Amino acid sequence: MTVAKAGRFAVDPTPGRSPRQAVPFLLPALVLLAALVLYPLVYSLVRSFFDRSGSAFVGFGNYVDLFTDARTLTAFKNNVIWVVVAPAVVTGLGLVLAVLTERIRWATAFRLVLFMPMAISLFASGIIFRLVYEEDPNQGVVNAVAVGVHDLFSAPSPYAGARPRDAVAFAPAEGGFTSTSTYEPGSAVPVPLVGFPPGQVASEASAATQPRAGARELRGVVWLDVSVGGRAGALDAGERGLPGLAVEALREGRVVGRATTGDDGRFTFPDLGDGRYALRLAATNFALPFRGLTWLGPSLITPVIISSWIWIMTGFAITFIAAGLSAIPRDALEAARVDGATEWQVFRRVTVPLLSPVLLVVFVTLVINVLKVFELVFVIAPGSVQEEANVLALQMWQVSFNTGGDQGVGSALAVVLFLLVAPAMLFNVRRFRRERS
Amino acid sequence: MTVVEVSVAGSPRRGVLSRLVSRLGGGAVQVGLALVALFWLVPVLGLLVASLREESANTASGWWTVLTAPAELTLTNYADLVHNSTVLRSFLNTVYIAVPATVLVVVIAALAAYGLAWIEFPGRLWLTTLVVGLLVLPVQVALIPGAKLFGALGLFGTITGVVLFHVAFGLPFAIFLLRNFFAGIPRDLVEAARMDGAREWVVLRRVVLPIAKPAIASLTIFQFLWVWNDLLVALVFADQDSAPITVALRAQLRQFGTNIDLLSTGAFLSMVVPLAVFLLFQRYFVQGVLAGSTK
Repeated sequence: MTVAKAGRFAVDPTPGRSPRQAVPFLLPALVLLAALVLYPLVYSLVRSFFDRSGSAFVGFGNYVDLFTDARTLTAFKNNVIWVVVAPAVVTGLGLVLAVLTERIRWATAFRLVLFMPMAISLFASGIIFRLVYEEDPNQGVVNAVAVGVHDLFSAPSPYAGARPRDAVAFAPAEGGFTSTSTYEPGSAVPVPLVGFPPGQVASEASAATQPRAGARELRGVVWLDVSVGGRAGALDAGERGLPGLAVEALREGRVVGRATTGDDGRFTFPDLGDGRYALRLAATNFALPFRGLTWLGPSLITPVIISSWIWIMTGFAITFIAAGLSAIPRDALEAARVDGATEWQVFRRVTVPLLSPVLLVVFVTLVINVLKVFELVFVIAPGSVQEEANVLALQMWQVSFNTGGDQGVGSALAVVLFLLVAPAMLFNVRRFRRERS
Repeated sequence: MTVVEVSVAGSPRRGVLSRLVSRLGGGAVQVGLALVALFWLVPVLGLLVASLREESANTASGWWTVLTAPAELTLTNYADLVHNSTVLRSFLNTVYIAVPATVLVVVIAALAAYGLAWIEFPGRLWLTTLVVGLLVLPVQVALIPGAKLFGALGLFGTITGVVLFHVAFGLPFAIFLLRNFFAGIPRDLVEAARMDGAREWVVLRRVVLPIAKPAIASLTIFQFLWVWNDLLVALVFADQDSAPITVALRAQLRQFGTNIDLLSTGAFLSMVVPLAVFLLFQRYFVQGVLAGSTK
């Protein structure tokens, strides 16, 4: 009897004696699963065909709403971006790093560091990355690095924020502040500026003086028209010139000369031909300093959140793939190396094909994980850009419990999420059945 | 033996140049991986340092400036946190939710897994398949009905409700993991105990569970961290008095820039337990995560 049974269930152990004995073992689990998993699943399905209050049957109305609502469509679009980009990047990164860690002695420590994000909550990870990407370069490390690198290659503007005192005489235009009147050679043009802290003027700056121009030249002085008791637009004692400021002479809109102010703020355009010239204070003098990118703004928010997910999941991929890697017969790799294959060829032609079943499992797992992304978007995206960063799991919560209060559409969204992971469920069930037979 | 022969045959083929290249390449790999590890550490380090600086310091300059001014570090924020009753209460709530939700899942799943693995009854295969199918089910499908059900039972907004929901959604994976492990236990051991007249639950307790300790450990750690780290379930089912720390801190997110002192300390308070579990029980934790990754 025992033998016969063992024969029938080749894989499974011999079962116990009486079916009735199974009841106390299974009952608690079955009650909970039925009440809080299976019944809700059916309920959500039915509920998705009823309206907001649940009283009127609306057929597929809620589903039509889903696919016409701009917010939900954004969520769909973002989910597509997530599914296409994130799992592939993490699988690839995990593969490369798993192979590379085989060559270092501190592989265990390395994997420990990369696995650590899996232990902490997505909420905490979200806060970590919200800080990393803060826009203020005095808070967010990414923008601090961006500003540092930027300023290394192009020096910040000398007079950020400064502007002419008279916005009519020198009007803001493309390329800088351009004078509204034109000047003939022989003139001397005073250009008073304001809006710049006197304490930040370069130390070599000396008192500004009124220039006197020769017949064929155009001269002028640029100074900071700020002093105690000074008159607006006049050169007063104690007012200093602004050195190193770029000035351009324009003729019919084209630049015909460039000059830079000296220590006393004076500039000279020598040898200008007859005619009338406009002056322009180049915009590069006044550009506000580079403050980094708005990472948490509407255009970059999804890539930013994906990067935090990559930070969290790469350790998982590495560990999973490394386990598969250790199961590859060393002989196969060595044989390829003996035949003269380079490391790249060994990787491409031997390691990857042998690992492909593991890579598939990792990839599918990551896709399922991506479809359920909620906390990261919720925490990292500031309230004002959550619409742009939206994903289905978040939209489901928003619609059902937060601002929406429409449980009909919420149920429809839950059903859509269910349908998206359904292939994975079938995949699991099939694999389970196959392993048994 | 073969490996030794192969490597001996392999090395003379390589010239001096190629060996030099591979050694330099090895160095590049070391440096590259060290940089990657740094990339993974800096974000956490940033939050830690921010939590150790006063709010005024955090708004005035970046956390990395402590490299030149380490005197700025202070425990003030943590001292403030100790007096913040909302955060402390929510921390305790997290414990009150995570511990029962873990114990219940392990006990109920162990019973069910034994039933599925070692007791024959009609529909056994069907039931096991159902459990496998539920493995990747998103919790979203049960949020609205769950809220309705708990509302009717008077459990909405209570710790009990949050725990029950976590237990139900923790069961499929827990049963699956333990069933697989239990089914791999040698038949002779179970049969021998039965021959001696042991009842089924004695077999489970005396024979199966002692062998299954590693699986139980992995499951316990995975489930505990899963519940501890949850935001969504508690966001829906908990109210202000039963909210865990993730939900309590979430209310401070709106003014991120000025709340960074509270948020960073709170986040670290919530991370201490998972990090300790992770460092103490690495092996079980990694196994649990690898097994439960589809959840």
